[in-house]
Amino acid sequence: MTLYRDKAVVLRTYDLREADRIIVMMTESHGKVRAVANGVRKMSSRFGARLEPLSHVDILISTGKNLGTVNQVDLVTSAKGLYADLDRLTMGLAMLEAVDQLGMENEPTEHLYRMLVGALQWLSENDSSLVLAAFYFKLLVAEGVGAQVEACVGCGAPGDRLVAFDVFRGGAQCRDCRSGATISAEAIGIIQDIVGGRLNNALSLRASSATREVAALATKCMEHHLERRLKSVAVFESPEM
Amino acid sequence: MASAYTQPMQALIDALSRLPGIGPKSAQRIAFHLIKCEERDVEQLSSAITKAKTMVKFCQRCFNFSESDLCQYCGDDRRDATTICVVEESRDVIAIEKTREFSGQYHVLLGTINPLDGVGPEQLKIRELLQRIEPQGVKEVILCLNPNTEGDVTSMYLARVLRPLGVKVTRIASGLPVGGDLEYADELTLGRALEGRREVVG
Repeated sequence: MTLYRDKAVVLRTYDLREADRIIVMMTESHGKVRAVANGVRKMSSRFGARLEPLSHVDILISTGKNLGTVNQVDLVTSAKGLYADLDRLTMGLAMLEAVDQLGMENEPTEHLYRMLVGALQWLSENDSSLVLAAFYFKLLVAEGVGAQVEACVGCGAPGDRLVAFDVFRGGAQCRDCRSGATISAEAIGIIQDIVGGRLNNALSLRASSATREVAALATKCMEHHLERRLKSVAVFESPEM
Repeated sequence: MASAYTQPMQALIDALSRLPGIGPKSAQRIAFHLIKCEERDVEQLSSAITKAKTMVKFCQRCFNFSESDLCQYCGDDRRDATTICVVEESRDVIAIEKTREFSGQYHVLLGTINPLDGVGPEQLKIRELLQRIEPQGVKEVILCLNPNTEGDVTSMYLARVLRPLGVKVTRIASGLPVGGDLEYADELTLGRALEGRREVVG
């Protein structure tokens, strides 16, 4: 049995036995880790509150034969800002779900950890309808399957002639090559800003039909890459009862 | 490999091991115990199970477990129909009744919104809650949900859909257990307790 210390963001939890939980987290230097936290569902638990999804923690884990055990937890930053608003909270959870799907167990993925921490930090301090979409597009770039929006994926026609976006081909298309759904020029511009390093431009935009177009497309691209539906996004797709 | 047990015994063990918290080893122990028991005791158990299953149903108004169409709280005129306490499961109703502090009616959601598992508002009894507000003249809805992610998401969602109906929406406080020690409280709980502090009248 060895002990190690790491920083982590809690991705999700599963109830185990009477009062225990399995904690799934994205760590800085050990990749995605699953570990048992004993007795955290009891009222008297000393660190149960720090192990809710979205918490950014400093954690001490002892490795076991199969699952490790959580020995100690300290908060790095509390997710209080995210828990104060329903939209922020659901966007945060949608980020966790994507990272949970992309991360590999015990395979160091420091970039995933850093991107997640950065995005959550930004989300807890600012309001933007596009932060989730931007996070998804950036994740896809980091995975090596970023959306191609500078030129047509079929013939290389320049940016001002793009009219459609095909998720299967992974990018925007001109009128002659189009096989995907129509996309507005504003939406193309926003995605160009996101993947082209002008993130702040995109994040400062007010909600509009173009930002909604980008948000829907980001989810579609991410779902296409993961080959599964993102549950946390689907839950609030029809908020009107 | 053929089972070491006789067929009826194996069937009993299989049925028992499907119960929550009971593994194959416990199932085997219970099965052996039942076989050794007197016939009268076993019959009592089996009739209690079938009776409970046929007689207990959901209250049509609040979805608490009930023997009749309305549960004992919804059918009681002395209880205040203008205050509704929203809980996740029937067992939470029991916990709140034990406090003897609440005299309104209940509404059981039969779950909580859980985005990470894909459980959305339409899978819960939220529509039914909204339909109770006007006919009953509800003035206050108390959200009595667990202080965790699912409870927070559900509370904020309910607040968002209930506010436009003109009802007061409150959520139970979260803080230190009675008889506890500040020194041992974690910072999140203590922080919430500070946030929800109130004036002391001496």
